[in-house]
Amino acid sequence: MGLSRNAFGLAAGGFEAVAVLLTVVTALAAAILILAHRIGPRRHGAAKEDTYESGMEPIGDTRRRFNVRFYLVAVLYLVFAAELVFLYPWAVLFPRLTAAANAPEPHSAQRLLEAGATPAALLVAVGVFLALLLVGFIYEWRRGVFKWN
Amino acid sequence: MTDPTIKRIETVLRKPAVIFGAGAAILLLVTALLALAFPLYKPLLSSQFSFSMIVLAVMLVLILSATALCILFERKIAGFTQDRYGPNRVGFWGLLQPVADGLKFLLKEDIIPRHVDKPLFLLAPALALAASLLGFAIIPWAGQVRWPWMPPDAPPLSTQVANLNVGFLYLLAVGSLSVYGVVLAGYASNNKYAFYGGMRAAAQMISYELPLGLGLLVVLLVSGTLQLDQIVQQQAATGVWNIFLHPIAFFLVLVSALAEANRAPFDLPEAEQELVGGYHTEYSAMKFAMFFLGEYAHMITSSALIVALFFGGWHFWGLPGPENVTWWAMLIKLAVYLTKVALFIALFMLVRWTLPRFRFDQLMRVAWQSLVPIGVALLAATAALTYLGWQRNVWASLAANLLLLAVLLRSAARSKRPVTARQEDLPEIDVRPTT
Repeated sequence: MGLSRNAFGLAAGGFEAVAVLLTVVTALAAAILILAHRIGPRRHGAAKEDTYESGMEPIGDTRRRFNVRFYLVAVLYLVFAAELVFLYPWAVLFPRLTAAANAPEPHSAQRLLEAGATPAALLVAVGVFLALLLVGFIYEWRRGVFKWN
Repeated sequence: MTDPTIKRIETVLRKPAVIFGAGAAILLLVTALLALAFPLYKPLLSSQFSFSMIVLAVMLVLILSATALCILFERKIAGFTQDRYGPNRVGFWGLLQPVADGLKFLLKEDIIPRHVDKPLFLLAPALALAASLLGFAIIPWAGQVRWPWMPPDAPPLSTQVANLNVGFLYLLAVGSLSVYGVVLAGYASNNKYAFYGGMRAAAQMISYELPLGLGLLVVLLVSGTLQLDQIVQQQAATGVWNIFLHPIAFFLVLVSALAEANRAPFDLPEAEQELVGGYHTEYSAMKFAMFFLGEYAHMITSSALIVALFFGGWHFWGLPGPENVTWWAMLIKLAVYLTKVALFIALFMLVRWTLPRFRFDQLMRVAWQSLVPIGVALLAATAALTYLGWQRNVWASLAANLLLLAVLLRSAARSKRPVTARQEDLPEIDVRPTT
């Protein structure tokens, strides 16, 4: 495909286009903000620039303590997101490895086989990994972390 | 009251011949200009990087105009569902409504309330828009193309902005950036409604990222590659779309995509009846529009992702396949891809106007107690299939999916919990019919 390929047959490159896109999109957002700020009329007023809370006088500041459960969700998310991040490389390699193990002729993932990785070992490893997380998940479930009443 | 000249202009614009004539004229003009300027940009088409830049420009314009049209379309569908007309005053069939909306957003006053955190308040809509416009870079819009003037042995160009080897991990990473726009908007506004909306959005988006990731892992096990163009080519080569292999994984990804885009029935962060506008309560004029553009762009990108992962991308049976890299095949592929994306957007809109909104405890229960366990079970089943080398076998995959569905239905049927939407800590009610 005209792109350089590394040992695992993956095409490399393309991030320079992402850099251009990032620049274009950031410039677009900034341009819209500035343009809207310039074009629109500006008339100040005490009541107009007050916080809108359905006509009530705002009571105190907003940024105070809030429900601790949001924090729990964030912690849980971190645990599971870390799990998913570990699973992605496995999910890319595992089908290639089984294909290489079953193929009669040398396969693109041959180097992994030569390095001593077997499909069975990878399956067991991820099984143990998932089982450990499942224990934690069941514990949280029983503790009622997921109940939001 | 109304100026007769304005009245006359309105009447003229409401004639279908005028609107479609003007549209056809603009289309002809653009085509003629493109044809005239062809020698100027012909060398640009031949190298991958400059071709990618052209794809970038075209798709960016297309997505931004599609978002505007989507808003009209959404209101039309809302009108259809609620047995009313929807916008029909500006132009024939309301077709000029997006233009009118855009002008009005631009000309309205851009209010910045007194108590906000100003830098963050300005950053939030920019972030929401920018983050949602980054994702389409890796979508393989029309497979590969080799121009007639290129040597026949030259490698074909891919119609992607960036063919990244980390593939849809990039989309996942960029997609989760959009939560920052919403949370920052809620935090910076210093408004209780906005704050609650922002907190809800944060909890919702991070919770539904997990089922999304699990569903994508299943596709990853089936395809063995993260690159979207290769995933689409695999489906096109065998003619078997991934939806036929893993309908449950598709369901997980679809539900999570709805939740990630803050679309109904997952639109709690902006639930009008309880939170006024949610995180964008304090936003007005163009900054408000930027949140909307971001939401619709996010919806388009996630539809395109689902189409690539589960619905064969540009592939359709009987139409040019991956080996056909001529320019007209590219146009057909692009048309097929965009049609599929449009159908998905229509589905998203119908869902919004059909299903009632979830309550927050239901939302969390669906994510953590249903979708995550289903995703893990499906992942384990797919891992076993992959170990046996059957991951692309339709019957084996479907059998695994059906087995999982049967287990789920049985556990649901055996559950003692009454089928009700009541909160669990409320006292039991007598549900026997009164005679």
